[in-house]
Amino acid sequence: MTVATALIAEDEPLLAMALQAELARAWPALQVLRTVGDGASAVQAALELAPQVLFFDIRMPGLSGLDAALELAELWPPAHAPHQPFPALVFVTAYDQYAVQAFEAQAMDYLLKPVQAARLQKTMSKLQQALIEPARTAPETIANPVTDATLEATLHQLRGLLEHNARVTGNGMSTPPALPRLQVLQASVGQQIHMVAVSEVLVFEAADKYLRVLTADREYLLRTPLKDLLTQLDPDEFWQIHRGTVVRASAIAVVHRDDAGKLSLTLRERHDKLPVSRLYAHRFKAM
Amino acid sequence: MRPLPPTALALRGLKVLILNTVIALGITLFDNHSFGLNLLYSHCIGICIWCYIEGANFFLVDNWQKHVSRLIFIVPVSVVLGYVSGHLLTDLILGTTSFQYWKQTPRMAWGMLFVSLVAGGTICWVFVSREQLAAERQNLEIARRQASEAQLKLLESQLEPHMLFNTLANLRALISLDPARAQTMLDHMIAYLRATLSASRAPAGGTRHTLADEFARLHDYLELMAIRMGPRLQFTLDLPDALRDHPVPPLLLQPLVENSIQHGLEPKVEGGRIRIAASADHGRLTLQVQDTGLGADPTRLQGQATPSPGHGFGLQQVRERLATTFGSEGAMLLVAAPGGGISASVTFPLKT
Repeated sequence: MTVATALIAEDEPLLAMALQAELARAWPALQVLRTVGDGASAVQAALELAPQVLFFDIRMPGLSGLDAALELAELWPPAHAPHQPFPALVFVTAYDQYAVQAFEAQAMDYLLKPVQAARLQKTMSKLQQALIEPARTAPETIANPVTDATLEATLHQLRGLLEHNARVTGNGMSTPPALPRLQVLQASVGQQIHMVAVSEVLVFEAADKYLRVLTADREYLLRTPLKDLLTQLDPDEFWQIHRGTVVRASAIAVVHRDDAGKLSLTLRERHDKLPVSRLYAHRFKAM
Repeated sequence: MRPLPPTALALRGLKVLILNTVIALGITLFDNHSFGLNLLYSHCIGICIWCYIEGANFFLVDNWQKHVSRLIFIVPVSVVLGYVSGHLLTDLILGTTSFQYWKQTPRMAWGMLFVSLVAGGTICWVFVSREQLAAERQNLEIARRQASEAQLKLLESQLEPHMLFNTLANLRALISLDPARAQTMLDHMIAYLRATLSASRAPAGGTRHTLADEFARLHDYLELMAIRMGPRLQFTLDLPDALRDHPVPPLLLQPLVENSIQHGLEPKVEGGRIRIAASADHGRLTLQVQDTGLGADPTRLQGQATPSPGHGFGLQQVRERLATTFGSEGAMLLVAAPGGGISASVTFPLKT
């Protein structure tokens, strides 16, 4: 059996130790490179060590496991070390029935805490298969590192997870009732409240606690989180291009691709250059 | 005032009419006018007075419980106005003028005004006290329902699945790593669960729960969390010996400590400290929960905007329990510390 490498991100030290012990029993050849306790360190360590498997706890301080995975996908160099495919992701959660549903739907692996030996074994064989498969078909992967197959697959799954999450957490348990489309925004500017027609908005951009609203000639700040506003916007009219950016689709002028394969776009009526996250890059394919 | 439902208004009207008739009968007994005439006067005056009082109530009294004292002005003024208007109304109906009556028998006229005042005052008093009684009964019912709801939610929040399963997972890990520590953890968990269950079942103020008990339960909870969070959580409990036996509502502080951990320390990458302290000053007891966590958005702290589980429910619960146990004497204060973190304190009278 080949030696594989892993990274564990878990904020509860005992659980990290326990997972490592279980892993040592279930898959002796797996080498745990490092154990970290929060999402940001997980991203950093993964970039630095480029392990083959990531065990990410979902609830972690700072960045959640899901957010860390997204950020890692964003930062993963297309030609990492030098042809390192994106690691296989296993999410670990204590209790989260919706998350479990979501993972099952996305064919992404997850483990429930406390980790059971039998269940872990199943994950192991799945992982081993996944790690061996690309090795056998390596020539193709190397030939085209930019369209990294595992990364694309992971992104696809993360996209599905996010959509599932949005549906579930959007409004209580099940599918939220279709919210009426927002027509006018109310932005307070000093002592006044400006009424901004949604039809004039070109970009929504999350900035700290605020939401920047850009029209062709003005900028407003709202207190509403982007997440809450998104459900009230027409998804055909406004496209999300980044975790914190939503743009009017019809206002996009050009989409650029840089040498590293990253996308960014410019608008017709504004000169800002807006980066497109890998997660949403699939929207921009020439017809 | 809240608008009265039409049926209740009609019922009041009927009572007023009956009372008017009774007054007319009574007057007829020692008066030489005919019963018919007395009846007309009585109804005109009575109805006018009633209309003034209702009108004044509608415009001047927003809240029965708070503004009942306003009736002291409303009733006499309404009665005098109603008395005059009633006379004018009768004059209008009969085509007579009552000023003769005032001139001829002033004593009679003043007597009638006096009767009207007494009748108006009495009927108002009866209505108000009956309505207050009904409102009190309704409030009691609401309070009872809220209390049982709060009990359930208390249990639910304490036994939040995420906390429970994570704790169990830690316990499972400890069993193989350090059986002695696993046993200690299990003991804390048993004590914590027992306290939670009995607090959610005990009637309010049923069993005697002392500050020492309260601190012991918080200690159990913090020990559990410290095992889970490792070096990221440090805590101190500070209970002066003199206050050990002072009774407190069971698990009053639990939600505050949980908030500190869940929203302050757990999401903070480097973790932090929590300090729980009791102190007495000027006949008041102060219990304080301080953390060095993330701090929180004050709007979220108030807990009105986001009713999702764990957010705000705890604070609301502490507030409600303070209010039911100590009325206006209990207070809760939340302060965001300048260096980050939150300080929550509750104060109430030292005597029980």
